[in-house]
Amino acid sequence: MSGDVVVRPARTRARPGAVRPGDTSPAPDRLGEPDGAGREHARRRRVVALLGALTLASCVLLMVVDVQVAWSFVLPLRGLKLAALVVVGVAVGTSTVLFQTVTANRILTPAIMGFDSLFVLVQTVAVATLGSFAVLTADPRLRFAVEVGVLLVFGLLLHALVLRRTTSGDVVLLVLVGVVLGTLFSSLTLMVSRVLDPNDALTLQDLLFASVGTVDAQLLPLTAVVVALCLLLVVRRLRVLDVVALGRETAIGLGVDHSRVVRRSLAVVAVLVAVSTALVGPLTFLGLLAANLAREALGTHLHRWTVPAACLVAVLALVGGQVLLEHVLGFGTALAVVIDVVGGLYLLLLLLRQGRATAKGLLP
Amino acid sequence: MTTTARAPRRPDTHAPAPAARGSAGRRRASPAALAGAGALVVVGAVASMFVGAADLTPADLLAARSLDDRAVQLVLVSRGPRLLALLLAGSAMGVAGLLMMHLTRNRFVSPSTAGTVEWAQMGLLVATISLGSTSVVGKMLVAVVFALLGTALFLRLLRSLVLADALVVPLVGLMLGAVVSGVTTAVAYRADLLQTLGQWTAGDLSGVIAGRYELLWLVLAATALAWWHADRFTVAGLGEDTAVSLGVDHGAVVRLGLVVVAVVSAVVVVVVGAIPFLGLVVPNLVTLLLGDDLRRALPATAVAGAAFVLACDVVGRVMIHPYEIPVGTVAGVVGGVLFLAVLLHARRRGLGS
Repeated sequence: MSGDVVVRPARTRARPGAVRPGDTSPAPDRLGEPDGAGREHARRRRVVALLGALTLASCVLLMVVDVQVAWSFVLPLRGLKLAALVVVGVAVGTSTVLFQTVTANRILTPAIMGFDSLFVLVQTVAVATLGSFAVLTADPRLRFAVEVGVLLVFGLLLHALVLRRTTSGDVVLLVLVGVVLGTLFSSLTLMVSRVLDPNDALTLQDLLFASVGTVDAQLLPLTAVVVALCLLLVVRRLRVLDVVALGRETAIGLGVDHSRVVRRSLAVVAVLVAVSTALVGPLTFLGLLAANLAREALGTHLHRWTVPAACLVAVLALVGGQVLLEHVLGFGTALAVVIDVVGGLYLLLLLLRQGRATAKGLLP
Repeated sequence: MTTTARAPRRPDTHAPAPAARGSAGRRRASPAALAGAGALVVVGAVASMFVGAADLTPADLLAARSLDDRAVQLVLVSRGPRLLALLLAGSAMGVAGLLMMHLTRNRFVSPSTAGTVEWAQMGLLVATISLGSTSVVGKMLVAVVFALLGTALFLRLLRSLVLADALVVPLVGLMLGAVVSGVTTAVAYRADLLQTLGQWTAGDLSGVIAGRYELLWLVLAATALAWWHADRFTVAGLGEDTAVSLGVDHGAVVRLGLVVVAVVSAVVVVVVGAIPFLGLVVPNLVTLLLGDDLRRALPATAVAGAAFVLACDVVGRVMIHPYEIPVGTVAGVVGGVLFLAVLLHARRRGLGS
């Protein structure tokens, strides 16, 4: 992976700039905004700092609020949950930004395209064909690898068969296809789980269907390492991703091996989706909210801003929402539902806005 | 299924937009398609009669000497009502989808992609919480009102917006439905009614026996009403301006259609539960084959809808015999695949935008 074709353009572009250490006026920022780049930069910093502070505060709150028994009992329990939520938030934020860059649009997310429901389906099919005993006693790493593999194949197929053949005007078709695929996968899951032996079905439900309220902490160490590795890969290619976001032709013209970056990004997306779904189950609209709110707040498409900001928004939504719902409103498990309602409304807004912009001729 | 499944591949049989034009090819296809769908319904009905947890063969029925015989009772109490419920729900939901398609002038709008079904579920939940142990009829009335208001809201939303892409319309409807059902789920969770809600969200006919399906006859009346006014819906499907200039009161037709769609959706949700994709896939396949003249397409849609639900139900009962998979789940899988085929087919031919 080191010194390959993908990385080189980024390095050669980064070095002549030579402003990395201080980082007060980064060269790429200036390209888009000739005036007030510094001010804009400072504003973005403030936004990220504010997001960070809010996230940190909600994390602390989740740990200390409403403690009624011994601290030594509460802290490890909540610590595990917090860690899982943070891992999920980072996975969702990063995977959504990556997916949107690769597919060159702002409405698609892996979850909307049916990745999450496919993950649940794969688990169900595995239990149905191999039996719950075989699946549960298998090495979790092996299990995870197989599940990621299926997601990856799905992502690549989707890309080859649908995404690449459609132009940006066909986003709506893609979203519709994704929504239908999601329904299809969850119907299939239901069907397979009906076919299952009732005992197997119960085991499956208990052990594989995590939710925001009941985080599957067993997988935490493994998934934390996986997410960290993915993040490392992404961080090393932030500038290449900026170029890819300009579109296929432009990216190739600028010397980036576009299809290779796309393939690798989809691989990372598949891994991250698997992580988040394994830990807390499907969250259809969290990624959409995180990536788009981050972009809107920052007013930029540069990945070194959007990736961390999207992660922060996702973590904030999960942890803050959990604190608010569980401890303030006493509403625990419904967080996924609330996020889906808010996210669904937001997607509606995006669709309507896009429709109006297209009608006015602002967008293709 | 064979007749309907072949439809998307026929190159010469798709209409550019809801319009009352029928080519010669379509006219020839009409009796054949109807006969095919009808045959499917008959085969499905016979299969539905004799497939199930309890053993029943035609010979048992012939051997029966009195009404109290076990085989006769099985038919009268369980299999017969179930078959009727299947036929009524399937045909009515198909017709409701066809009406929505004409009212919105969009092939991809149906009660399940406009939020109608989700509003009906919310109405049921509200009725259950606020009215307590009201009769089924009371709950149904509330559900009808909710479905009506929700669908009217959707139509109003569409009118006030300039939508460049026809595919945005079903997407907006789907999202609206998702939001509504999210709120319903949250409320049901709060009120400990999640299990009750499950009955209305997943179409299931295993609980349908004599005495528990009779409300469904209402949808027959609604469907008949739609057929009676079929020509008006066809003209309304040409657009408001054309309809008015042809002497049709567009607003009145839209209101009538809304009432039919809301009643059908709410009653089916109350008695059977939601059957995904039914109102979407069946009208699309039928109009691909027959064109958009409602007087011709409506009976065919009713027959094809019944055939679709029958086929899904029989498959669900055979797969894990003697247990069964709910019809809504099977329909979600079969209908999802069919809808994807229709969607990609339509877009490839430049339709839908």
